[in-house]
Amino acid sequence: MNLTRRETLAAGGAALLATVLPMPSFASVEDLVAEFTGGAEMKSEGLELIAPEIAENGNTVPIEVSAPGATSIMVLATGNPTPPVATFNFGPLAADQAASTRIRLAKTQEVVAIAKLGDGSFARAAQTVKVTIGGCGG
Amino acid sequence: MISRRDFLQVSMAASALYGASGFGQWSRLAAQQALTQDQLLQFDDFGNVSLIHVTDIHAQLKPVYFREPEINFGVGENKGDVPHITGADFRRLYGIEDNSPSHYALTYDDFTALAKGYGRMGGLDRVATVINSIRAARPDALLLDGGDTWHGSYTCHHTAGQDMVNVMNALKPDAMTFHWEFTLGQERVREIVGGLPFAALGQNIFDAEWDEPAEDFAPYKFFERGGVKIAVIGQAFPYMPIANPGWMFPDYSFGIRDEHMQTMVDEVRGQGAELVVCLSHNGFDVDKKMAGVVTGIDVILSGHTHDALPEPVLVGETIVVASGSNGKFVSRVDLDVRDGRMMGFRHKLIPIFSDVIAPDRQVAAVIEEQRAPYIEQLSEVIGQSDGLLFRRGNFNGTWDDLICNALLSEREAEIALSPGVRWGPSVLPGQAITREDIWNVTSMSYPEAYRTEMTGEFLHVVMEDVADNIFNPDPYYQQGGDMVRVGGMGYRIDITKPQGERISEMTLLSTGEPIDPSRNYVVAGWASVNEGTEGPPIWDVVERHIRSAGTVTVTPNTSVEVVGA
Repeated sequence: MNLTRRETLAAGGAALLATVLPMPSFASVEDLVAEFTGGAEMKSEGLELIAPEIAENGNTVPIEVSAPGATSIMVLATGNPTPPVATFNFGPLAADQAASTRIRLAKTQEVVAIAKLGDGSFARAAQTVKVTIGGCGG
Repeated sequence: MISRRDFLQVSMAASALYGASGFGQWSRLAAQQALTQDQLLQFDDFGNVSLIHVTDIHAQLKPVYFREPEINFGVGENKGDVPHITGADFRRLYGIEDNSPSHYALTYDDFTALAKGYGRMGGLDRVATVINSIRAARPDALLLDGGDTWHGSYTCHHTAGQDMVNVMNALKPDAMTFHWEFTLGQERVREIVGGLPFAALGQNIFDAEWDEPAEDFAPYKFFERGGVKIAVIGQAFPYMPIANPGWMFPDYSFGIRDEHMQTMVDEVRGQGAELVVCLSHNGFDVDKKMAGVVTGIDVILSGHTHDALPEPVLVGETIVVASGSNGKFVSRVDLDVRDGRMMGFRHKLIPIFSDVIAPDRQVAAVIEEQRAPYIEQLSEVIGQSDGLLFRRGNFNGTWDDLICNALLSEREAEIALSPGVRWGPSVLPGQAITREDIWNVTSMSYPEAYRTEMTGEFLHVVMEDVADNIFNPDPYYQQGGDMVRVGGMGYRIDITKPQGERISEMTLLSTGEPIDPSRNYVVAGWASVNEGTEGPPIWDVVERHIRSAGTVTVTPNTSVEVVGA
């Protein structure tokens, strides 16, 4: 079977839980990461973050994270006044450990994702997303 | 045992020899006034597959003068690499003799003198002759159009692209990808694409609402040619809604989407593709980077940045081919594909010297048919120029200086901004400026010449923003245009600095005073991507200015100081 995302969404089949973190806005990105990982080392493999290099519209930027076997993935918009975007938690019955959403970016900044993997280790992925006023392409 | 890499390198050397000798030969022949069509078309058939690449024609049906850039800086890893090499350095690199036809076709210096000797280049009736000649040798050669085809002239604007569609259909392409086409508006694009007798491709054209591949454009198409199963994957311009007005095509989203490109490559390989060709409108540096990120692409036919290179650039096992703009060149790439893989290639960038290559009569008739209803408007002489009018270059060209002067005087502004687009042919000193010439450098679907006030601080933000679109060291963050052209204001730019620190010493030229961040300045410009922009179309502004001047005088522009190049 070859389901498109549109069909999947229409079928309401997404089996994951998204929690928007009610974090106080004064928590720094470092603090948030430390709290999530408990200060553990983060490797660069095992987590994929897909985001546009340049946002077509900073108000709604599509991003996608996936980390096979992960139990949760935290997404941070490091340059927003409130950096936490979402933490996706995956239960044992989740078909895959991937999630996509749209986020609002106040300005050009690094989007960071951190995954807690099945073995308890952590992975980090980051990408700069440029928010531009647009102009003239040749 | 010889590896694929060895094969490619051997073949690259052979190709380089071939290319160099081809260029060298007709350099000498031309010196003896003996440049012929046969020499331009000469090609020893190679392998079993032929690709023909045209791109960035910008609706130039007729032969044009087009001066290549003098200033074309590379940054980051691309500093000092092709295509960021110009003039004499470019000629030394490729063994091109001074004053040869290749000198004229590929570099900027002595342009006026050489143009008088070698004449105009391009013309789709001449391009047709070249395509026919390749097809005579290789009847099943693939003709691939890299886009920026349905934009850029008086007739194209007045027919909403139909003139170009009619002429290109006569050339019988096999596939196409897109950029400026979308500025016709999404309804018109869908209308044309729905009736195209060839494939409209773009693996990165997505449905904006659902963020999944758009249904109107296939990501790839398979062709069976020379006994080889070929997959052509399209890559549209990634930054369409950012560099151009997104409100004109709100249903679509773009982006580089190299992870999806990899998925498509894997998919076509899984379906048995022996040769994977990417028909791209990424721009050269983006294509070079993508070739290193995505594995399994054999050939990238690169468009958007208007570079013309006499040899492909090899990235890993991918060859990247750049075929110029405005109909000046056609690339022929012959490939030896055996045992499911590309073993070698032979390449030639064929310059379309319009006085040497005979027009194809059938296509010439189609072209005249498109122009006939408009011929009076096209040919009306508006004025004269006493200098060379050209556009290409990272910072300013005389055409844009003239356009900025027109904005300053006709719109009574202190500062003028003109977009850093790379299209627009040249006009020689002493040549009459016709309405067609003005439209060739201004034609677009959002031409309103606005007049507004901006603070000095906001002007700085605009300049920094545009500069980062060109000089961000990571090609994936570049949009492929040139720097915004500025009239009435000088500035200094350090291209090595990060965004926010490149632009300094902004100066109002009329008073010599530094730009005050808190003061409001009257700014006129055109080609705003914002919906609801108001003002007269830029071509009317420029026409009024030239008409009242009679003869326009071009003075060297020294108001931009560039450091770090």
